[in-house]
Amino acid sequence: MLQIEARHLEKITVFDVSGDIDLATSPELRKALLREFRDMRMPRVVLNLKHVHYIDSSGVASLVEGLKASRDVGSRLILFGLNSAVREVLQLSKLVRIFEITDSEEQAVAP
Amino acid sequence: MSQGNLLLRMELRSNPETLCVVRNALGELAQTLGFPEAECRAVVLAVDEALTNIIRHAYQGRTEQPIEASFRRIRVVRDGAHTAALEIVLEDRGMTVDSEKLCGRKLEDVRPGGLGLHFIRESMDTVEFRRKWGRNQLRMVKLLHTPETGRES
Repeated sequence: MLQIEARHLEKITVFDVSGDIDLATSPELRKALLREFRDMRMPRVVLNLKHVHYIDSSGVASLVEGLKASRDVGSRLILFGLNSAVREVLQLSKLVRIFEITDSEEQAVAP
Repeated sequence: MSQGNLLLRMELRSNPETLCVVRNALGELAQTLGFPEAECRAVVLAVDEALTNIIRHAYQGRTEQPIEASFRRIRVVRDGAHTAALEIVLEDRGMTVDSEKLCGRKLEDVRPGGLGLHFIRESMDTVEFRRKWGRNQLRMVKLLHTPETGRES
C-alpha cells in the first residue's frame, strides 16, 4: 500500500510518500508526478521518501519518468529522506547520479 | 536441482497486489536463515523483480494466472568448500520471454524500464532460465557465505 500526501509551499509541492513502491503502486506515484509537472507546471517537486521502505524497478522507472517530465518543463524534482533500502536500489540502477538528492527537507526547499 | 530441504512453497496468482505478501514472507525467511540485512533485501528484490517480470511479460498483465514459488536450503560446493545457500525456483505457465529482451537497454541510458533483470543478476549468485514441460522455470541461488563441512545434499 502506498500513501502520497501533498503539501503546497510557494511554487513547491512536497509529496510525503509512505509505503512500498512496486508494480502495484508505482502508477500512483507516476501519475502524481506527471500531474504536478505537466498539468500544474510546478517549478519544483520534492519527494519525501523517509517512510518508503521498499522500491523496485517499476518505482525507479516512475521516478525517471517524473524526472524527464520535470526537465521537459524546466522544473526540478528533488528527493530526500532516502533510507538504505531505497538508496541501494537507486545505486544498483546506476541512476542515483541523475537525481537531485538532499539530506533534509530544509535543503530540498531552500531557495 | 531441488534436492535440498524445502523451507517454503507458495502457490500464487499473477496479481501485483500479492507482491508485498511474498516480500514480507521472504524477508522473514532470509533473516531466519542468517542472511545479513543487506542480503535479505537483495534476495527480496530479486524475487520481487522476477515475479514482476512474470506478471508483466509471461502473463502480459493478466491476473489470476498461476505462479509457483519454492524455497529450499541447499548446499553447494564453492572453491572446494561446502556452503549453505538458498535456492528459489519460480514457475509459470505463461509465454516464454527471451531473457535478453528483458534487459532492453544499457544502464547508461536514462529512461524508464529495463532494470528488472539487471537487479536480479546483481542480487543473486546464480540465475538460470529454462523451459520445461510447458512451463517457464527460473532458478536463483544465493550463497550464505558460511562454510560447512560434511556431505553434499
